[in-house]
Amino acid sequence: MRLDPATLLTWLGMMAVTYGARAGGYWLVQRYALSGRVKAALEAVPMAVLTAIIAPTVLATGPAETLAAVATLVIAWRLPALAAVAGGVVTVVLLRMVMA
Amino acid sequence: MPEAATAPAHRGTDEFLLGAWQMLPLLIAVVPFALIMGALCAEKGMSPLETALMGALVFAGSSQFVAAGLWQHPIPMLAIVASTALINSRHLLMGAALAPSMGAFGRPRSYLALFFMADENWAMAMRRAAAGHLTASYYFGLSVPFYLSWVLWTTIGNLIGGVIADPKRFGFDFAFAAVFLVILLSLNKARRNLLPVAVSAAAALAAWKLLPGSAYIFVGGLAGTLAGALAWQRPSHAP
Repeated sequence: MRLDPATLLTWLGMMAVTYGARAGGYWLVQRYALSGRVKAALEAVPMAVLTAIIAPTVLATGPAETLAAVATLVIAWRLPALAAVAGGVVTVVLLRMVMA
Repeated sequence: MPEAATAPAHRGTDEFLLGAWQMLPLLIAVVPFALIMGALCAEKGMSPLETALMGALVFAGSSQFVAAGLWQHPIPMLAIVASTALINSRHLLMGAALAPSMGAFGRPRSYLALFFMADENWAMAMRRAAAGHLTASYYFGLSVPFYLSWVLWTTIGNLIGGVIADPKRFGFDFAFAAVFLVILLSLNKARRNLLPVAVSAAAALAAWKLLPGSAYIFVGGLAGTLAGALAWQRPSHAP
């Protein structure tokens, strides 16, 4: 099967920068003791990154996505995560059909 | 009988299977995107082996889409590697946030685990860490099936070509947003701090409008992280 050396080299370059980012943050935290403020920053990372990932879909794509996000949160408040995800997906499919 | 309180250390196999089971919705949701990714690679003239190797070595979906989009001959290697670095810079923040929860992993296993760190399994791992204790077995249970599935389905997509028309029709694209929302909600129940969320959302939306690609994730994530740092107050010892 064909494997072009230049292609492989490109993949290796992509792997190097990606693994560098994946391991780099861990390496820094292992190396330096965390003060109160840096710790507070790290504790904010999960919510900040997750919010950034979904913000365009949830807030700026259309009413179907925004309403489905609200439905997902309402279901998740009382029911298991899987029910909330399924409910959100069904809601977005139905709303897209209605609003298209 | 309060089983949770007396249970011995988490058993490895059980933890691995629990992780794989809880990852199932994301394992399913990623399939149409992997098929499209593989078909795009085929369209650009990559062989199935080259497609499989890209997934296996890089394992970062959005940067792979951008690389395939930029693909031509001669290969614009510098542009591809540079945009990959930009897109995946968010992993710096993610790895740093995960590090304090990887205490039980040991160093060599941590560096192996970080190779598999994508948005989806990272988010699931952070949820587990916030709820209690993150074990290496659980982490690999989230990660290994997800990794193998990505490599397998991108290769299949390369072989069969463009059979998947539009994942939006069945809401596959929204499944990711829904999972991340649910995880966000459970993290917020533990922390109760909405400032990083608000700042991140505003910065991400602005960057999404103004900047190309998925740079908005890093911009929003960084802005929300800085907001968390600025809001920190030195604990007072006053009565």
